[in-house]
Amino acid sequence: MSTTSLTTGPRWARLPRRHVPVLVTLALLLVMYGIGVSQYRAFSNVQVIFNVFIDNGFLLVVAVGMTFVILTGGIDLSVGSVVAMTAMVSAWLLESGLPALPVLIIALLIGPTLGFLMGCAIHFFDIQPFIVTLAGMFFARGMCTFISDSSIRITDGFWTTMAQYRIGDPRGNFVSVSVLIAFAVVLIAAYVLAYTRLGRNVYAIGGNPQSALLMGLPVGRTRIAVYTISGLCSAIGGILLSFYTLSGAPLIAVGMELDVIAAVVIGGTVLTGGSGYVFGTVLGVLVLGVIQTLITFDGSLNSWWTKIVIGGLLFAFILFQRLIGIRYK
Amino acid sequence: MNERLRSMASHRLFWPVAVLVVMLAVNTIYRPGFLAVEVNNGHLYGTPIDILRLSAPLILVGLGMTLVISTGGIDLSVGSICAISGAIACLHISQAPDQNSLVTVFTALAMALGAALVLGAWNGVLVSVIGIQPIIATLILMVAGRGLAQLVTEGQIITINSGPYRALGLGHLLTLPLAIFIALGAALLIAALTRRTALGMIIESVGGNREASRLAGIRSARMVFLVYVVSAACAAVAGFMMTANVSSADGNNAGLWVELDAILAVVIGGTSLAGGRFYLSGTILGALIIQTLTTTVYAMNISPQTALLFKAVVVIAVCLIQAPEFRAKLGRRRRGGPPSPSSAPQPQKEEVTA
Repeated sequence: MSTTSLTTGPRWARLPRRHVPVLVTLALLLVMYGIGVSQYRAFSNVQVIFNVFIDNGFLLVVAVGMTFVILTGGIDLSVGSVVAMTAMVSAWLLESGLPALPVLIIALLIGPTLGFLMGCAIHFFDIQPFIVTLAGMFFARGMCTFISDSSIRITDGFWTTMAQYRIGDPRGNFVSVSVLIAFAVVLIAAYVLAYTRLGRNVYAIGGNPQSALLMGLPVGRTRIAVYTISGLCSAIGGILLSFYTLSGAPLIAVGMELDVIAAVVIGGTVLTGGSGYVFGTVLGVLVLGVIQTLITFDGSLNSWWTKIVIGGLLFAFILFQRLIGIRYK
Repeated sequence: MNERLRSMASHRLFWPVAVLVVMLAVNTIYRPGFLAVEVNNGHLYGTPIDILRLSAPLILVGLGMTLVISTGGIDLSVGSICAISGAIACLHISQAPDQNSLVTVFTALAMALGAALVLGAWNGVLVSVIGIQPIIATLILMVAGRGLAQLVTEGQIITINSGPYRALGLGHLLTLPLAIFIALGAALLIAALTRRTALGMIIESVGGNREASRLAGIRSARMVFLVYVVSAACAAVAGFMMTANVSSADGNNAGLWVELDAILAVVIGGTSLAGGRFYLSGTILGALIIQTLTTTVYAMNISPQTALLFKAVVVIAVCLIQAPEFRAKLGRRRRGGPPSPSSAPQPQKEEVTA
């Protein structure tokens, strides 16, 4: 898949084929942004872009975790529920009087633990990831309402500081702390995938698990690791979401897993695994964010158009990946 | 005696039936009036009847899903199709001058069913002709379908006041709810078509190995296409029942999570997600188990969302029981040292009673 096309032709056709999906997403993003700027004067404000990041920081972090899972050819349906559960647990613990630091540690441990257990079930018992993470999704969502039926407000000092702190000029252009955390996660993930042994194993398993096993790669350990990473990213996403909303609600982030999967696919990661980049996922999340912003700016279109457009884009990108000859099993 | 017990326990429907019986028994202990059925106005009423009536949509969706899964696919879009078909039917009825006219209701049903067939064909083309992974192909419609349903209802909840339409969900026939007969009819029709003809075996062979069955002269692509259309049709009828139950169409919430429940019902029924085999009777049992679980949770005053916790435990337990790896490990331990108390199905039962 990673072969560079050496056929003669125009210069652009000589791009490595694996880069094409990401570049197309980038082009789409630029076109959408161009449309926004040409239609609405306020769209050219840099703060619009910053707001996309502020509103979608948690989505970005979760999508990074999902990228790992999808690169191995798996899928993690539990992310939305784990995000909600993390936010819920931290709100609940803060309400019961625990200081911020232990709450953070506990909340950040829950997601990876659940992810680890799901990874173990997938690897040791050879059950489909789809079903195992579905059970994880039910479990986490059930835990949310088990903790409380209604949303819990967060009044803790650390949380409110994180929610209100603005980096940059508070009256001009600013970003929130969450955006920086999201960027840090993206950079670490990109480094891990590109330059570490774990990252190369992830690509190898996604490409062909049988070959990876025969090459002596630790298939089981890697597979469990990616679900743990996805759980950790969901937990971080949950914390960011609780910074953003300053509450834990049992029904928050319902259906978020679909947005996340859509973002990863639009970002050019192939669903059968083995090909894709964290950078593409960032672009995918941005595409979703810009669609939402465009629909908000338009004002006459209703929120359900978001879903229809996302569905359409999902279709277009899957079809496109197929047309340029990326292999599906 | 022991021999007969063992052969019974190895029957594929043994565990589903056992779970259902245990759940019913626990309910009866907890609430002695649980199994009571009374006659009122010439109709039967009672919790068991309610369970049957409410499980009808799930049985329908589950039947379609069974066929899809037996070809090695999966259909995530059924919930959205339920919402769309319900929305179209309710929209047409709400705009008609006489909501009680049979012609109006049947036109509405035909329109909605037609739309569902088109959506099913879309899924089928994506999977069989273009060759996209089933999870992803149907994910597109799962995401976009909710938007389409809201587009049809314009984001509102359409309420209707139509006697014939409401009968789909709440009507009675021969003292029993009509919904039960519709689900039963669909089950018998599908069973007759698949088990009395070669169709079932052809579908199973496609699920076993699509390429091999194509080389054996079976039109694999056509079969795959067909099951998605059937699944969409089943989902549409289920969507009618769901909206008829509440006499309103809600694009956001109608049929929400039904795809997951349906997949769960299929898996509980013993159909492997890998494809190649399907058990319609198992799916029906699975749907009944899920509805009984939901009713139990409601009856015990636990929040419906918390019911998801129990579902999670059931999913994991069932999958573990079915997983060959797990069975092998368990069997080894049994043959080895003393029989361990933690046999596979135990947690499932414990949690159900909790």
